[in-house]
Amino acid sequence: MSSDHAAHAPSSAPNAPHALRFVLHVWRQKNAQSTGEFATFHLDDVSPDMSFLEMLDVLNERLIAAGDDPIAFDHDCREGICGACSLTINGQPHGFERETTTCQTHMRRFEDGATLYIEPFRANAFPIVKDLVVDRSAFDRIIAAGGFVSARTGSAPDANALPVPKGDADRAMDAAACIGCGACVASCKNASAMLFVSAKVAHLSLLPQGQAERGRRVLSMVERMDAEGFGNCTNESECEAACPKGISVANIARLNREYLRALATES
Amino acid sequence: MSAHVVGASSKLASKCPTGPLADRWQKHRFELKLVSPANRRRFHVLVVGTGLAGASAAASLAEMGYEVSAFCIQDSPRRAHSIAAQGGINAAKNYQNDGDSVWRLFYDTIKGGDFRARESNVHRLAEVSVDIIDQCVAQGVPFAREYGGLLANRSFGGAQVSRTFYARGQTGQQLLLGAYSALMRQVGEGKIKLYPRHEMLDLVLVDGVARGIVCRNLVDGAVRSFAGDAVLLCTGGYGNVFYLSTNAKACNVTAAWRAHKRGAVFGNPCYTQIHPTCIPVSGAHQSKLTLMSESLRNDGRVWVPRAGGDARAAESIPETERDYYLERKYPSFGNLSPRDISSRAAKQVCDEGRGVGATRMAVYLDFRDAIRREGAGGIRAKYGNLFQMYERITGEDPYQAPMRIFPAVHYTMGGVWVDYNLESTIPGLFVLGEANFSDHGANRLGASALMQGLADGYFVVPYTIASHLAGRKLGKVTTDHAAFARTEQEVRERIERLVNARGTRTPDSFHRELGLLMWDKCGMARNAAGLGTAIERIRDLREQYHRDVRIPGDAANLNSALEHAGRVADFFELAELMCRDALHRDESCGGHFREEFQTAEGEAQRDDANFCYAGAWELDASANGLAWNLHKEPLIFENVKLAERSYK
Ligand SMILES: Cc1cc2nc3c(=O)[nH]c(=O)nc-3n(C[C@H](O)[C@H](O)[C@H](O)COP(=O)(O)OP(=O)(O)OC[C@H]3O[C@@H](n4cnc5c(N)ncnc54)[C@H](O)[C@@H]3O)c2cc1C
Ligand code: FES
Repeated sequence: MSSDHAAHAPSSAPNAPHALRFVLHVWRQKNAQSTGEFATFHLDDVSPDMSFLEMLDVLNERLIAAGDDPIAFDHDCREGICGACSLTINGQPHGFERETTTCQTHMRRFEDGATLYIEPFRANAFPIVKDLVVDRSAFDRIIAAGGFVSARTGSAPDANALPVPKGDADRAMDAAACIGCGACVASCKNASAMLFVSAKVAHLSLLPQGQAERGRRVLSMVERMDAEGFGNCTNESECEAACPKGISVANIARLNREYLRALATES
Repeated sequence: MSAHVVGASSKLASKCPTGPLADRWQKHRFELKLVSPANRRRFHVLVVGTGLAGASAAASLAEMGYEVSAFCIQDSPRRAHSIAAQGGINAAKNYQNDGDSVWRLFYDTIKGGDFRARESNVHRLAEVSVDIIDQCVAQGVPFAREYGGLLANRSFGGAQVSRTFYARGQTGQQLLLGAYSALMRQVGEGKIKLYPRHEMLDLVLVDGVARGIVCRNLVDGAVRSFAGDAVLLCTGGYGNVFYLSTNAKACNVTAAWRAHKRGAVFGNPCYTQIHPTCIPVSGAHQSKLTLMSESLRNDGRVWVPRAGGDARAAESIPETERDYYLERKYPSFGNLSPRDISSRAAKQVCDEGRGVGATRMAVYLDFRDAIRREGAGGIRAKYGNLFQMYERITGEDPYQAPMRIFPAVHYTMGGVWVDYNLESTIPGLFVLGEANFSDHGANRLGASALMQGLADGYFVVPYTIASHLAGRKLGKVTTDHAAFARTEQEVRERIERLVNARGTRTPDSFHRELGLLMWDKCGMARNAAGLGTAIERIRDLREQYHRDVRIPGDAANLNSALEHAGRVADFFELAELMCRDALHRDESCGGHFREEFQTAEGEAQRDDANFCYAGAWELDASANGLAWNLHKEPLIFENVKLAERSYK
């Protein structure tokens, strides 16, 4: 059974002449225990200047006004940096636009009249909480297992005491740009978290500060990753294509090297 | 109905140390009580918020041996609003050898704040700024570096030295991930209990001391209490009272407001920062505004056409017909003039009919000259991600045509009043980061919020909390105490009242209406008549809200409309206090510009004889309805001379 809401509410688009029309099939699921299904909505007055989430806002306003439950989705910064938004649009985490989060995707990028399937990020390790909201706390537990440099507050030497070659610093920053959204997991047929884990391992192992715990870190993080139920990496590279921050799969190669090195040196 | 004014009040003991400014923090630290390492684990600290302030405090306290619980609204502590900060963090390292010093950072911050902050606090902030950079680098924060491997710096508004450290355009992200990793390390070691998707909805007082909080679990709706020996509010700013702002959507005032309603005095609520460089509003669907980092003003030049109504495309307007008004009016700071001044100048030229773009509510930020000088590649290397962000949102290419920008609400200098220990007027309740009112006076300089949040969390509260834990006799309190049941009951009643209104309008529609009203009457420029009207309208709208709001579903599930509705209810009350504060302050200072009080040239006119104080509002619990008493904390300047703030 799927509900069909025709949108007859007054237009909220400022430039109505250019308004776009869409058919949305949105995943609705009451909570973790229930089973979900798609609900269909027709929108005929979407401004091209709206972001994807603003389109959902408008739909939600209508749902609330009609006494229906609004569609739950995670979001916060709406600037592509907090990693909260997590929609799969027509089968692609964060949609088709490269290196762009859902919240940064604008409706002018879609063809007028398009049909859009909107689902949560799907993975065993990311149980659905409600509708499009999933539980990604497994990522936090992986970081807690080792994704840090143990530098107690107050114990640091002068910041310039330890020069870092610019190339290393830049590569560390490339990896550190990960926003922890989980698109890599959602895009992978094995639901592997290797890109996420490798980005943190690469970031810290490239820097001199990260050396003391280099081996321990990678072993603990990988162990935790496996325990959380993420799959194995079979080099599909879907994760890199889906990553809104362009994190490279070269990090996964580094992770593998780091892991082997750690196995050899840590006992 | 007017507020009672209470003079310099014993309610507000600032506890600032005396003696030579540069020695005060050291002296104070020495005089503070200590909790011995073995005793620390007996104390349980509740840290609400995991942004820079909360994450750094929670991690540091747990490292010291305290038992810590940390709460946040988002699904992960890493997603706190601090993550969105772009431009950088200040520190008086003087790595560029350009004459920076602790004193200069102190002076710039005091002056930038239009002489409305405490000397002692600001000096301490400047002192610990250098330790922050050390700490962050030790955690592996990948700050920008020069080819020699040493740290790079850039300039920010309101300063003539390069003291801003940055990590591309993602400084907040990298600093927060550093603090978050320290926090998660302690979670992994079992020293911190983490409660994500938990919203604090009230503060629990036992014998007048903050001893716990009541939270709603946002997933299953359960209302639950937590008891502790101290509560740290690190819950961020309240810019979203304006609906449209650069803040993340979940930013709210609820935790601070609930503390206020339990007796914490609220400081300088009207001091709001309007950031000059944001992407202009594009339509009625707009859900938030996007900041274009101030660092862009290092290379971008701000201008409008000389003549009003000039509708030509930017590139067809010849040089002689452009007005680079910041460079003209403030030659020594030019495009890097402080935020309040730059924002007001933009408003002025738009009010004169010289604005650009379809709405005429924008000015140009033009990189033409910088691109000629350094090539598009050079500019891309510095600001690539910001240019890309601009293009995504507007559909225009800023390498070809100048950006259009307009001021937007960005930061709130006001907040819960705290003493030098960061303790509020409720014993045991400490307030850190943007949520407090402490260090930025009437205007905050760029790259100083990250500095303050981390200063509070890493280097201030870990010491000052001992004044409470070791200085007061704290009996054991559990959630079995009657105060918890009572507070929980009140929380449930507030939730039910919202859910049962079953009216006709969405929380969002009310929020938008309130925001527009605030922007109009209590925004970049304010006047007595407008503020008076706003107070009346806010009261009407608030009454209507509680009658007519519509929240579908129930409170026993994830319910985003209900979450929002609770925050809007508190914004409605705060809004009134902001207007009252703005109305009482018959002067212009920093972000508070009262049209009646300006110089002949249209600059802010301070009134030091009558208003050199922090305005701290106490809820009048005996009143029927909302009413406040004003307390004044006189600001004493012994080390700097109060001067007209000139950037000319
Ligand atoms: C777009 C943007 C760019 C910025 N750039 C810069 C910059 O370059 N340099 C600079 O210095 N400053 C910058 N700022 C300002 C700066 O980012 C913030 O002032 C600062 O990060 C605030 O940190 P905080 O720790 O006080 O609060 P936040 O980071 O806002 O964290 C608040 C925390 O409190 C939690 N919380 C709130 N309410 C509750 C509740 N009721 N119950 C439980 N938890 C709650 C939230 O979940 C969150 O964890 C910028 C701000 C914006 C908006
Ligand atoms: S909402 Fe923050 S990344 Fe999309």
